[in-house]
Amino acid sequence: MKEGGKSAVRRLPLTGLRLAPSQVWGSIRLVPVLRDDIPGDLRITRRSYDEDVSVVSLQGGLMEPGLHYVSYVPHGLVVDWDDKGAAVTPETRLRKPEAKEGKSLKHGPFSSTRVLHRMVHREDKNRLRLLPMHLTMEGFLALYFGGPQVAWSEYSQEALSQGLNPRSEWTSSGWASAAFAEALRIFELHERQVGVLIFQADALLSCAIVSHPEDYRALHRALLEDFYGDLLVQYGFLGDVPVLGTGVEDASVNSMRDLRAAIERMRADWADFMGFMAEGIIGAEVITSPLYEAGPFHLQRFITGLSPSEENHMGEAILRGDGTVEYLKTYRLSAAQTRRAYLLKQLAQGGWSLERTAEHLKTTRDELIVRLRNAGFGYLLKEHVLKAAETRHARR
Amino acid sequence: MDIVGARAEQVAREDLVMFVNACFSCTGQREFYNDGRGQAVSIEFLHAYILGNYRRLYTRTLAAGINHFNQAQIILNLLASGKQTPSADRHEEGALIAAALRALPPQRAYRVLDVLRERRINNRRSRAIVREFLKGRADLHFDAVKYRSKLRAAVAHTHLKLPGELNPFLFHGWRKRVFQAPLLETFRKAHYDASALFELPYTVAEGLAAKHQLPRDVFLRKIEPRLTAAERLRLQGSATRAQGAIALDLGRTPLTRLALYVLSLPLEVRRERLAELHTALEQAAVNSLRRASVPLGRVAAVLDNSYSASGSSEKRRRPLGVALAAHYLLAATAREYRAFWMHPPEHPLLSRARGQTDLATPLLDALDWMPELVVVVSDGYDNDPPNAVAEVTRLFRTKLDPARRTTIIHANPVFASELYAPRGIGTHVPTVGVRDAEDLPTVLGFARFAEGASPLAELEDYLAARVRRMLEHSPRGHAGTEPPRARSELPEESLDEEVA
Repeated sequence: MKEGGKSAVRRLPLTGLRLAPSQVWGSIRLVPVLRDDIPGDLRITRRSYDEDVSVVSLQGGLMEPGLHYVSYVPHGLVVDWDDKGAAVTPETRLRKPEAKEGKSLKHGPFSSTRVLHRMVHREDKNRLRLLPMHLTMEGFLALYFGGPQVAWSEYSQEALSQGLNPRSEWTSSGWASAAFAEALRIFELHERQVGVLIFQADALLSCAIVSHPEDYRALHRALLEDFYGDLLVQYGFLGDVPVLGTGVEDASVNSMRDLRAAIERMRADWADFMGFMAEGIIGAEVITSPLYEAGPFHLQRFITGLSPSEENHMGEAILRGDGTVEYLKTYRLSAAQTRRAYLLKQLAQGGWSLERTAEHLKTTRDELIVRLRNAGFGYLLKEHVLKAAETRHARR
Repeated sequence: MDIVGARAEQVAREDLVMFVNACFSCTGQREFYNDGRGQAVSIEFLHAYILGNYRRLYTRTLAAGINHFNQAQIILNLLASGKQTPSADRHEEGALIAAALRALPPQRAYRVLDVLRERRINNRRSRAIVREFLKGRADLHFDAVKYRSKLRAAVAHTHLKLPGELNPFLFHGWRKRVFQAPLLETFRKAHYDASALFELPYTVAEGLAAKHQLPRDVFLRKIEPRLTAAERLRLQGSATRAQGAIALDLGRTPLTRLALYVLSLPLEVRRERLAELHTALEQAAVNSLRRASVPLGRVAAVLDNSYSASGSSEKRRRPLGVALAAHYLLAATAREYRAFWMHPPEHPLLSRARGQTDLATPLLDALDWMPELVVVVSDGYDNDPPNAVAEVTRLFRTKLDPARRTTIIHANPVFASELYAPRGIGTHVPTVGVRDAEDLPTVLGFARFAEGASPLAELEDYLAARVRRMLEHSPRGHAGTEPPRARSELPEESLDEEVA
């Protein structure tokens, strides 16, 4: 087992998986992901935490000072695998009481905090505990985290000494949308279903895929506890999406056999069409960074190109050596989040020099400063630099 | 006929078909896809609309074999708006209300009387109907004990004077005096002496047992002889938990209720008792056919056991139960029969509500077998792929079988409140609502109206014929003409008492 490594650009094709026709409730469309070949050597189970807040130590020991990630974490996932390809039985409650993990702190009767060790924690020889989505989010927050390395005169003292610390992002919990809860309740699971693509108003919101159908069945309702892009709430106000019934051409049917073939074709068209709808992530180019190597399985997180004009996703995945997706969870960045990440990326590429970055973006230094302020990064710059740029920009 | 008239007739026919369909399936309870509130609003609207526009046909729907919930609604709505009855229809309407009220299970009928008071319906006709209903009851002493509060409400509301000790019993209760009537006296005694309790109906005794702090298993063992068939069925689970067993004559249980009971058992238990349960269901199917039977030829059933057949918390597994019961009913009545389950179970009795809805594949299999009649039992949702079953039925009707050698009928146990009707599977197949599989013979007769081809006059004749039959079978004002269903709720003893 190794940790760390270099990031690489690659594609995320859904090998070994196929899509089934979608099921629609209100503005939510859920597309089942089916898997035909199930070796059963990787199992994922849910471990729930019932604290109000969780603190994850990213550096140093459990209760030591260092970098921390603070969020509401309703559950973690426990990954059991076998490197020899034999089927494994997933962790049961009996073997390890849930309360044992990390440290639970009580303050008063109503609130509590759990301190957890690392985003991905190895618990046993062949067992890993990871915090789904938070793993991805932490990676996103850490992206270009350091702040300027050269002490350019425009940057505030705080930005130079602390970087962008502390950074925070807002997301919406699955509970925020009543339609989503209802859609999950009435969703009819397929026998070989291992995942689901979640569309809100026909915009891809998230993919959730696991390795084994039984694990998915157990995790289906837990999808509500995950967090999703702002579109979940924003687009929730839009009307219902169409059921999208395709038809059969009359002329092609002259016998029962034709009719059966036509229905089969209809089913196949559906899978193609749903794949096309999910193009933003499936088969798209992503920048991946490996996190763990566990036998034949690679845990990694990834993010798409961060181009402001396209849909951007980030996520985490466990891939088998041959590229089969065994676990996948993605998060769609909102437009504002994309803008922020894009600006930071440009600054980092320009060595945090405002002039050089502005030139690269084909804009002026003043406009770049205003854009930084609008994106919420005003605190990075010295007050008088910001003021002066704003006045000049307004006068223009 | 002029165009306006023809159009009006079409509208009337569609309205009525929609209404009767709703009356077969809707009970105002929540379903898998719709909540209870939406259901209630939807069905209330339908009642108000049909009552306002087609009063006579609204009344006659009482005879169409619709479910008890809607019968009760119709009786109440008619009694509340007696003034609008045209004088020509007055006699028939009154007779129908009286007959329908008498045919309802007693607890439902008494609930109607209770709602009369809640809604402050107190016209002369309502009072007459209540009087007549109470006169027709087999044993008012028994009713006075079992439905005490409801009977008291009805008596107070209509200012009735009941014979013998009933009025003092209802209004002064057990504290005032000693009663001559044995049942009333037992009721009085049971308040002081736990041993008298076991002579009372189960529902009454249950409350008093709590008062005397009787242990549950002792109570269940001793009250067992007094249980009605429905109560026996209901108590199976709790009796097993209390380490007791209640003898249950599965052969006498109504078919759909038995199917629901079987489905409520864990899979292992079903597997163990497979032969016994199978025989019981077959027996129940034969029994229900004795009541209404249509001999059928070569029949295929397409049965939906997808996840949505699990119903809701209020109607647990009802769609699956109806499918299972329909399987046994059709097998018993058809010359040749084959079932096409959506997810073929090992044995029909072991089916579970799981998985997606792919209605097209079993329907195609069924059509390949070339039956005379295909009965599809499904909630009308189709998602793998969507719209597929509608396309299959459309192309089959228009291109492959325009001569209609095969009839397809869709029976739907679920009322979709947003459509005011059970959801269909394409415009080329008639959809009829069912609540119990026992309704199937009736709804198969009704299906030709749902198809939309027959004229309104025929539907009116159909309803009129059913009204005639209903009124013939229960001559007005004649005591002791309850249908067997109501009588079976009463224990034998109470009937004897009245004779004595």
